[in-house]
Amino acid sequence: MTILLQALLNGVMNGALIAVPAIGFTAIFAVLRYPNFAIAAYATIGAFAAWWVNVHFGAGILPALLIAFAVAGCVGVSAEETALKPLRGAGALTVAIGSIALNTVLENVVRLFFGNDLRGYDLPLVPDWRFMGLRVGPQQLQSLFFAVVIMGAVFAFLRYTRFGKAMRAVADNPDLARLKGIEPAHIAVMTIFLGAGLAGIGGVLIGLDASIDPMLGFRVLLTVFAAAVLGGLGSIPGAVAGALAIGIAEECALLVVPATYRSAVGFAAILLVLTVRPRGFFGERAN
Amino acid sequence: MLAYLIFALTIGGIYALLALSLNLIWGGIGLVNLGLVGFFALGAYASALLTGAGLPVLFGWGGAIVVGAIAGLVVTLATTRLRDDYLAIVTLGLAEVIRLVALNERWLTNGSDGISGIQAPMKSALGNQGFNLFYLALVSVIVLVVWLALRRLDRSPYGRAMKAIREDQELAGFAGKNVLGFKVQAFAVSAALAGLAGALYAHFQSYISPDHFQPLITIYIFLAVAAGGVGRPAGGVLGAYVVVFFLELTRFLPDLVPWLAPAQFAACREILVGLSLILVLRFRPQGLLPEQIVPAPKS
Repeated sequence: MTILLQALLNGVMNGALIAVPAIGFTAIFAVLRYPNFAIAAYATIGAFAAWWVNVHFGAGILPALLIAFAVAGCVGVSAEETALKPLRGAGALTVAIGSIALNTVLENVVRLFFGNDLRGYDLPLVPDWRFMGLRVGPQQLQSLFFAVVIMGAVFAFLRYTRFGKAMRAVADNPDLARLKGIEPAHIAVMTIFLGAGLAGIGGVLIGLDASIDPMLGFRVLLTVFAAAVLGGLGSIPGAVAGALAIGIAEECALLVVPATYRSAVGFAAILLVLTVRPRGFFGERAN
Repeated sequence: MLAYLIFALTIGGIYALLALSLNLIWGGIGLVNLGLVGFFALGAYASALLTGAGLPVLFGWGGAIVVGAIAGLVVTLATTRLRDDYLAIVTLGLAEVIRLVALNERWLTNGSDGISGIQAPMKSALGNQGFNLFYLALVSVIVLVVWLALRRLDRSPYGRAMKAIREDQELAGFAGKNVLGFKVQAFAVSAALAGLAGALYAHFQSYISPDHFQPLITIYIFLAVAAGGVGRPAGGVLGAYVVVFFLELTRFLPDLVPWLAPAQFAACREILVGLSLILVLRFRPQGLLPEQIVPAPKS
């Protein structure tokens, strides 16, 4: 029983971390209508930007997260505008392929400057807390807290600000939004900034748990996709629910299969959802 | 030097098969397989294991084709009813799962140590040099045969129906074409070809391990097909040889830039590959050999 509760607890905490980049991915999909594989590189870049200010300037977690958001967001916007935007005319598939190429480029730029070594954030080590036989790290709780606050901020942004409302309008019906005087090009830039920035924050939160290296983003890419597909591509509440479900499913699966198969759980979940309920939890019809 | 050239041309031929495989679905019917390397690995392991169990090499290759096709069917049947971006995500996931299985199921694949001593057909009779030449000829003939077959397919009514689906699947469906059937068949044939390429690779190298099947290979093949010309089999073949030529050329460059560490040099190479793919998609989407649309014969 305790084992199961522990798995549940770990699952919720991991899921909350995955939810942040999953929101970024699904938001980009909702507005621009293509799966952006470069989200992996944005997560890695965010993690390294935060690591840089953390180790060289002693920045705490909060400023490091803000830096990660800003750096990943800016890289995302410049990459999108220069590399991917010109491909949009050729269709979503071409942009998706372009985003994979872009991901290769960005990941290897990180590798060029930082090498393949594992790096850790410079933070005090704190022993785990224990209660009722369950273990939880203060570091994890802090990450969970930040993830929840960030998700709250995103929801508030989408619900109450002009930009947020415009973004939802474009996601819903670009033509109607244009008629109402919303400039889709501006919204696209905003969305990429937000999406890439959230991926960057996600990279930091994931890196805080263990260590960072240039493959960090690529390793969680499948899990992020799984979360977004499970929740319904393009649905932001869906991405959160999907991420929590994937997090819990992974931890529970690890009770029976070896830990090395962690990312296979995401794949199994995607196949299952596509077969049983293609639109995911909250998605629009996928056909 | 000659031995090296033979080696590079053989690898080029194997990449050409992968490019033909990708072109069949990307150029043919408008689907993408981001897990191409997974099917490649599947074929390599299937043939290595079958021949390792004592079967003749030809059975191993047949097995690789069958296993590839089955994997292709499994993936498409789960996703073809849906939008194609789902298929892209699923294929990427499949490649990852295949890599995990190859890495972790030591009883089957020997894990990260890989499988060595894979049968090299006729090697004992021909000697080292002779075997390499023989294998180059064999791979080249297979590429030629597959290329001719796919070119024929391209110009047949079947090929025209595929391209109609690529351009507008609703319209093709409305015209009475079985869209789902075409997609599943094309994907299965494409996956089988990737499996065959894997089998050829395994018996050429005599040694395979999960490290041989990096996701980067998929990017190389996408670059090959895009640069050669999406939708034209000859384009993919040409593109594959060009990409292998480029990759092999860069092996000699580290001496020219001694201030870069090997890892940094490798990073630069991958940056160039990714950048070329983006540039090709943007400035020369039709590739070196643009697609030819042959009009249907009047009936």
